[in-house]
Amino acid sequence: MGGKILLAGIDIPGIRGFDVYRAHGGYAAVEKALREMTASEVGQEVNRSGLRGRGGAGFPTGLKWSFLDRKSDKPRYLVCNADESEPGTFKDRYLMQHLPHRLIEGLIISSYALGVNTCYIYIRGEFKYLVGILETAIMEARQHGFLGDRILGTDYSLNIYVHPGAGAYICGEETALLESLEGKRGNPRIKPPFPAFKGLYGCPTVVNNVETLAAVGPIILMGGETYSKIGRGKSTGTKLISACGNINNPGVYEIEMGLPVEDFIYAPEYCGGIANDKYLKAVIPGGSSVPILPADLMLNTAKGEKRLMTYESLADGDFETGTMLGSGGFIVYDEDACIVRNTWNLAHFYRHESCGQCSPCREGTGWMEKVLYRIEHGLGKMSDIDLLVRVAKNIEGNTICPLGDAAAWPVASAIRHFRKEFEFHVKHPETVKNIHHGALNIEEESLIPDSGTGIKYW
Amino acid sequence: MKVTIDNVQVEVEDGTTILQAARKIGGKLVPPAMCYYSKLKGSGGKCRTCLVKVAQSSAKDPRPMPKLVASCSTPVQDGMVVQNLTSPEVIEARKGVVEFLLLNHPLDCPVCDQAGECDLQDLSFGYGMDETATEEDRREFPVIDIGENIKLHMNRCILCYRCVYTAGQLTDKRLHGVMYRGDVSEISTFIGNAVTNEFSGNVIDVCPVGALTDKTFRFKSRVWFLKPMNAHRECSKCAGKTAVWMFGNEIYRVTGRKDEFGEVEEFICNECRFEKKDVNDWIIEGPRHITRQSVISANHYEESKKQSVINPIEGTMEIQE
Repeated sequence: MGGKILLAGIDIPGIRGFDVYRAHGGYAAVEKALREMTASEVGQEVNRSGLRGRGGAGFPTGLKWSFLDRKSDKPRYLVCNADESEPGTFKDRYLMQHLPHRLIEGLIISSYALGVNTCYIYIRGEFKYLVGILETAIMEARQHGFLGDRILGTDYSLNIYVHPGAGAYICGEETALLESLEGKRGNPRIKPPFPAFKGLYGCPTVVNNVETLAAVGPIILMGGETYSKIGRGKSTGTKLISACGNINNPGVYEIEMGLPVEDFIYAPEYCGGIANDKYLKAVIPGGSSVPILPADLMLNTAKGEKRLMTYESLADGDFETGTMLGSGGFIVYDEDACIVRNTWNLAHFYRHESCGQCSPCREGTGWMEKVLYRIEHGLGKMSDIDLLVRVAKNIEGNTICPLGDAAAWPVASAIRHFRKEFEFHVKHPETVKNIHHGALNIEEESLIPDSGTGIKYW
Repeated sequence: MKVTIDNVQVEVEDGTTILQAARKIGGKLVPPAMCYYSKLKGSGGKCRTCLVKVAQSSAKDPRPMPKLVASCSTPVQDGMVVQNLTSPEVIEARKGVVEFLLLNHPLDCPVCDQAGECDLQDLSFGYGMDETATEEDRREFPVIDIGENIKLHMNRCILCYRCVYTAGQLTDKRLHGVMYRGDVSEISTFIGNAVTNEFSGNVIDVCPVGALTDKTFRFKSRVWFLKPMNAHRECSKCAGKTAVWMFGNEIYRVTGRKDEFGEVEEFICNECRFEKKDVNDWIIEGPRHITRQSVISANHYEESKKQSVINPIEGTMEIQE
């Protein structure tokens, strides 16, 4: 699972240590940025690269940095969001585990560009073993003069601290993360004010994902212009995709944006096709929060074009026939997967992780989970399906933070695309009580052979 | 700074929220608020009943906001156009929120002390559905005492966080807060601790539902049988300005004086609230005004300040302001 830009050199033994990383061109970007460039030049370079937030929203990073309140006389902070807890997403963990110095390098350059002297890495509590790895990397960087006071003899000083969370998905939301970092209950804040003006301890703060910050180093080395040529359209650069589910080669892949989804699933250097010679049924392409898509809509858009791994192409057709790239947690389901059971599982997750602060999310996630539990266990009614759609609609957009949307989208999209399967569960309660996988296949099997490639999908 | 809410224009200061602007206009177009409390810093944004549609963000930027916004926490901008009752989308969303709030709220209004002065009752009357769509069990918690005089019915709680802010802002030590998360989160005190300080009773007044009730008043009387009177006394801890609720010549309970939006004018101390139940303790000023819509106004008459005059042309009776 080698890589092109972010994961470059990951196969080199000992790359986790400073010496090997340095010997392979590590920290050259820091030297270039701090010695040859001004802070605003670094910012411009990132802006030129077209880098978009890799945490899920895909917001242009350069633009986000430009919002930072630079007039305020308060200290500024950069917070690295390493609270990666989305089901299906495990790219940041992989990057931090094997290439911690790439992240540290990105953090130093980004902090320099933002004029930040204190930087925090908020890491998920379950990633306890990564805390040691990151702290070792920070210590090594400090010993070699890349961190601490007067880095590389310049006037710039920076300290990085690692802060483990306590095991809450909601703390991946940037304002909940800041609350948690301040030592409070991880409830998302009400926006406005945005963190760029009032963030950590009421000071201007930028919160970025691990992958976004790690990409800053390579961007400085190769130049924003060059980076923006990789990829396709407004989706520039490379993206880490963590592929899992019923595929032959699960793992983390660094892909160039614009790779067709079909190639990603079936090419031997990526997922390598569906395991056990089964057929593709559905894909959740961006972590559990994004809408699920059936195979035909996943491989080709509603307009008949090939669907590509870009922010735009995956969102083509909006929520009716599209989905989102999200954080890149690529979950593949084969023909045996039971969509109802899967949706119930996700609803259970969101119910468990809702912070309970605002009423639509607190009550709605629990309600959806209970109704889905009933349907999956053969106790459902036909009216429950429309009820779920209504509840999802009432949650969506009416909550403080995006967790409400994240909980509503999987349910709404599963019913939108797989309503038949939900109806099957209601009509055949005895069958679904005993069979927990792809029960609809028993009733009817509809395989659509693709004329071009000969690949059959469900 | 000019802002238009439901086609009514109002001039407000910079930094005002949409809800405050609407309250300045008053009347029916004020969005309901279950969690926002103007006297508590940081409150609001949680219940989502005050959602409104911003049809025009400002005079400079005439685009509408993409989502409905919580009016209690969104500051107004010059030239903003807000739709509350005029937007069907808002009414739909609010109905949805009320349904969520009632999802786990027990139907025990007949035995609840808050009945008659409950914000959730008013809200359900305005936006609630006729029948429930859920068949799931409601969540249940034991009824506990938090402190000597306060009872907590967690079943009724809608997690507005008002009492948490009250406890955090009126007193030095944080005595209670929210435990757990999601739909099992609950208000509670630190293990076995009681809420004991001189202003703890105010959590009863700020509670929009019957989750926190006064143990000295529980099951004594329905609120609409009582007459609220303005009263005051010399108090060393608070201003001593309260509303006493009387039946005949007896004081049944003492609360803060609530304004038309259900917010107390001044927080009162526990001594005034729980201990002074004798008429001789108080200097009674006179009856409090109650809006005609309230159930408490039953059996409660007050002298009309308006004069009736005969219109000489039409020959009809008219009420003069």
